Amino acid sequence: MPETILKHTIKTAITLVAFAFAFTLLMTVVYQVTKAPIAESEAAARIALFQQVIPHDRYDNAVLNDTVNIDPSKLLGNKKTSSANIARMNGEPVAIILEAIAHGGYNGDIKLLVAIDSAGIISGVRVIKHTETPGLGDYIDIAKSQWIKLFDVESLTKTTSANWAVTKDGGTFDYMAGATITPRAVIKAVHKALQYFEANKTVLFKEAVKEDETANKVGENGAI
Amino acid sequence: MGQFKDITENGIWKQNPGVVQLLGLCPTLAVTTTVVNGVSLGLATAVVMAAASGAVSPVRKFVPNEIRLPVFILVIAALVTVIDLLIHAYALPLHKVLGIFIPLIVVNCIVLGRVDAFAAKNPPARAMWDGFIMGIGLTIVLALLGAMREVLGKGTLFSGLDLALGENFKHIVLTVIPDYQGFLLAALPPGAFLGLAFLIAAHNWAEQRKTNKKPTATPPASESLKPAH
Repeated sequence: MPETILKHTIKTAITLVAFAFAFTLLMTVVYQVTKAPIAESEAAARIALFQQVIPHDRYDNAVLNDTVNIDPSKLLGNKKTSSANIARMNGEPVAIILEAIAHGGYNGDIKLLVAIDSAGIISGVRVIKHTETPGLGDYIDIAKSQWIKLFDVESLTKTTSANWAVTKDGGTFDYMAGATITPRAVIKAVHKALQYFEANKTVLFKEAVKEDETANKVGENGAI
Repeated sequence: MGQFKDITENGIWKQNPGVVQLLGLCPTLAVTTTVVNGVSLGLATAVVMAAASGAVSPVRKFVPNEIRLPVFILVIAALVTVIDLLIHAYALPLHKVLGIFIPLIVVNCIVLGRVDAFAAKNPPARAMWDGFIMGIGLTIVLALLGAMREVLGKGTLFSGLDLALGENFKHIVLTVIPDYQGFLLAALPPGAFLGLAFLIAAHNWAEQRKTNKKPTATPPASESLKPAH
């Protein structure tokens, strides 16, 4: 009975297509409806994260939209072009918020957010992503311990190059027993981020001024 | 109404997906580092299961047998995507905690298993209730496993509740064992396997006791409740 087989096949195919269409439509509608709230809550979360490394009252610009492109750099550990945010007060750059990646962790890369003010002094550092061992290496996370605050007010002038290490290696940074590989990686990454800033300071802030004009226009609507 | 009672009993105890059917072990083992994580994913799964069963059951007669699995997967994947987007939009901290596990509900075989074994053969109300109750059964297992691992691994209970529900809930976090050094094994994946083994053993022991008391009782083996594999 070739007709019935053909008929059945067509019916089956149409059913599958109808289901695919209906549910794709459902997903499209939900995607469109949730797009704006998702962007908003992501932006709010990012602002809250920035608050931890640089207090809101130190800048008055739409920091999320005030970005500068960062080319791949060994010092920051980024393999692709990424972006950094510039915080400014009355148009003057106050600080830059850099993302640095530490490759030497015990278990995978550690992603850091480093805020450095225009004088080259660290305003704050936070770990934003890591997969270090729970209970051992995870004290670099602010949720587990205050260790990461050791970097507050640090700078290349305050601590000389040789001292950017854990106390065990002759440096000035404390660590917790049981895990030295993790803090070593973090200290090295923060140190290198400072070196990156020192070497590229003028370019970073200058380029940002240029982008600022376009960025601010977007920023007015996008400000939280 | 007796059927609903049967469904409830099956989902929570007799055919519990976590300790009897052993379906959906991926989230069971991966997210149960704390009670809050376990319960959050369990409830998300319950919602997906109820929605998927509710969506499949009314159209069960229109879906030819040959393509029923692709259609079911399509329905489940679409619903999970919708729920993922909604959580992302309106409960970002929860989304951060559950991370990749929400999309993974798609491949959790308990969802497809119930849709194929039950929802495809039963009317919508019963199908939804079955999906939901099975999800609740899984949630209970995840909560117990999460509690065991959290107390042993970190010495706390309900940590992370403030992340899921807001700062106001921070005071509910209990420190069960003060100044606890942590027991790493419980927090890492082996702790999940061992914990689950204890739960299964406890369930079997309880069942055994029940049958020993009533030697005439026959083990329940309803055709529609068997897993789909």
